[in-house]
Amino acid sequence: MSVAVRLQGITKRFPGVLANDRIDLVVEAGEIHAICGENGAGKSTLMKILYGMQAPDEGSIEVLEQERTFSSPREAIDVGIGMVHQHFMLADNLTVMENVILGAEPARRSLIDFATARSRLRELGDAYGLALDLDDAVGTLEVGERQRIEIIKILYRGARILILDEPTAVLVPQEVEELFRNLRELKAEGHTIIFIDHKLDEVLEIADTITVLRQGRSVARVKPEDVTAQDLAELMVGSELPTPETREVTVTDRTAVEVRGISVVDEAGVTRLRDVSFSVQCGEIVGVAGVEGNGQGELVEAILGIAPVTGGSIHLHGDDVTGWSVRQRREAGLGYIPEDRHRRGLLLPAPVWENGILGHQTRRRFLSSGVWIDEDASRDHASNVVERFDVRTPGVHTPVHALSGGNQQKLVVGRELATECNPLIAAHPTRGIDVGSQAAVWEDLRRARAEGLGLLLISADLEELIGLSDTLLVMLRGEIVARLDPAKVTPRELGAYMTGAAA
Amino acid sequence: MSWTGVRRVVGPPLAAVGLALLVAALVLVVSGADPLVAFGNIWEYGSRLETVIESFNRATPLYLSGIAFAIAMRMNLFQIGVEGQYILAAFFAAYIGAGVGSLFPPLHIAIILLTAMIVGAAWAGLAGWMKVTRNVHEVISTIMLNAIAVSGVVSFLLGRWKIESESLDTRLGDIAMTGWFPSLNPIVELVTREIKRVELTGFILVAALVGLAYHLIINRSRLGYDLRATGANPWAAEASGVPPKRTIVLAMLLSGAVAGLVGMADLLGDQHFYSLRFPQGLGFAGIAVALLGRNHAVGAAVAALAFGWLERASGVLEVRGDAPREIVTIMVAVIILFAVIAYALAQRRRRIEAAAAASAQVESTAGAEEADT
Repeated sequence: MSVAVRLQGITKRFPGVLANDRIDLVVEAGEIHAICGENGAGKSTLMKILYGMQAPDEGSIEVLEQERTFSSPREAIDVGIGMVHQHFMLADNLTVMENVILGAEPARRSLIDFATARSRLRELGDAYGLALDLDDAVGTLEVGERQRIEIIKILYRGARILILDEPTAVLVPQEVEELFRNLRELKAEGHTIIFIDHKLDEVLEIADTITVLRQGRSVARVKPEDVTAQDLAELMVGSELPTPETREVTVTDRTAVEVRGISVVDEAGVTRLRDVSFSVQCGEIVGVAGVEGNGQGELVEAILGIAPVTGGSIHLHGDDVTGWSVRQRREAGLGYIPEDRHRRGLLLPAPVWENGILGHQTRRRFLSSGVWIDEDASRDHASNVVERFDVRTPGVHTPVHALSGGNQQKLVVGRELATECNPLIAAHPTRGIDVGSQAAVWEDLRRARAEGLGLLLISADLEELIGLSDTLLVMLRGEIVARLDPAKVTPRELGAYMTGAAA
Repeated sequence: MSWTGVRRVVGPPLAAVGLALLVAALVLVVSGADPLVAFGNIWEYGSRLETVIESFNRATPLYLSGIAFAIAMRMNLFQIGVEGQYILAAFFAAYIGAGVGSLFPPLHIAIILLTAMIVGAAWAGLAGWMKVTRNVHEVISTIMLNAIAVSGVVSFLLGRWKIESESLDTRLGDIAMTGWFPSLNPIVELVTREIKRVELTGFILVAALVGLAYHLIINRSRLGYDLRATGANPWAAEASGVPPKRTIVLAMLLSGAVAGLVGMADLLGDQHFYSLRFPQGLGFAGIAVALLGRNHAVGAAVAALAFGWLERASGVLEVRGDAPREIVTIMVAVIILFAVIAYALAQRRRRIEAAAAASAQVESTAGAEEADT
């Protein structure tokens, strides 16, 4: 078999940091090659080097047996390398087709030749089973579909070597299966796929070869049939794989949040949430399972007060808050860990300490004389969050956009927990963070639960849902279709409820 | 602030000014004038006490205009309606100020200023209201409102309310002396010498107070936090409990109220009536002030003074030497252009350095943990 990519002795230094330390990587043509490692292990830097976004300080890059130096992604694209970033780079207002051809439009007499584009995209879609409606506005699509657009985008530009940066982080199990089908299809067509991930079962399922990075070094190159998830975890972190299990029952008789028969109808008149009722007690974790887009987002926005409900009522600690503003609800103790931290959870250009009080800026402890932000108290609070939740940052004055994704997530989680919110709505609280930090967040949530937190947990990680929850709800098409006991349900059964196969 | 900090703040605008001088010199050479003579003339005339005072007088409304723009800009509202707001405000303030006759001076001045601020706030609030109820973009609405204010309301009412006078100027009546803002000349003269012809407007103190309030409210208060949060990320701000619509309207009202003060330095300190010759263009000039001053209270003051001085000092070119006065317009344009580029470059560099520092932190903590075990 020929070699698609050969990286030798790649070293990359940032001021005071060795991000990549003599990394070797050999990817054979036509294989799916997984790269795993914790956050900060150097995966992203390595891929940025291969994709021409950064130049290595030392080491050589060979693509298809030819030595290359890339000074920009353009040059990497020219030799057939394409990359799907973790955060999609799509224009919401444009259609699928416009997004795909953006920057590489086929032209005829200086006009865009849409007919050619359309037929080429049809061919691509048929060849790889990537079904998409070319005229849909991207803004209306689900995450999985957006990802498919990104993949088609790089195939359209002639990529034969595809780099996918944590592609499953944003997907639900069914979408992951779909993605894996697509990837196998691409592999069958002779494409080479480099796949960054830290979910070990997925890696074992899809990869032909696995390279493990730890602290900037390549520590192992293994075949999935020779290792267990346990082995991989030890290679990555040198410790045991933690589990999210919750042991003793701490449920109390005080209700933290209760929704009674709420419905939400969107602007287009479509019912997004239908007659949903449940309650979360203090000291209880209620998990919400469901394929993305089945009303979980609307449920969260309704409780938070961003989206108006068209029926039913919402209660916090016994008070009917249906007519309350977001601020009043936050002041009543409602905490929120958003699904998309960049969109709903953080002020990226603002420093860590300002982000540390976001959502709690009206609390007495962060104010002096009621109108001024108490900067000392806010900074102390931020330092406390940084320390307690292991947020890796040079300081509380660093702008949040400089932190890595996992550290941003820890900041958001830490902020809500350190401000003693109750109840807390957490959507995918461990999404995008590594196994070590994931275990720490689980531990923090459990501890808060023991201290009386009522937690509504929305997650796509079924192990997490089953392991942490006291009660499990399953949402399908805006309704709660099942209430399950997490002690008696397997991920497979849960998946069946989520897709409506069991009922 | 550390030396690097200072350099980062001052570096880009200084580089822009340097480049502007270079470009201006080039243009002068091409047009056949000696740049050294022209710059020498500007410097010699510009360093006279009278010119400096005129520069301050000019900088005062420019600064207020810049702050008005900056308030909205801090929450990503591109409020380009300062022009219409201040002219409309000055017009009504002059009408009411003249109409009330003579009063106890502080009361008289307060009535005039309040009128101006309310009119400015109302006109800007209209754009805010259209944005939150009808989703009309503020650029569109404020531009339209500018035209309506200046060519519509003011022109129409000026025709009705004008007074008879010997001059050809169409004008409103005079504001009584009790509504005049005191000059600072006596104070300046204590430390310098006797000042001829010009008076340093006392309104500069009001502008300084507005700048201080702007800094405190935007950067230190909870309200300012909400505003800046909305500017940085409206979705996250909303989730944090900031009411988006109310905040938009509030920002526009505050911006408009400050805009209303823009014309007051001239109205209360110099002209004492509104006429067709009332200074125009201050609203748009304020955008450049905010831009060069990075929406910062002190930065905008420096920018306003720089623009004010360039404009006043260049007056000498009309009577001396063979360089055209327009050279200063070119310089101002080049300064703005290069400053924007320099800021963008500096910001990019800061971002890269911050990211590197953050990953350095990750690495060193990881290293420390390794050393522990």
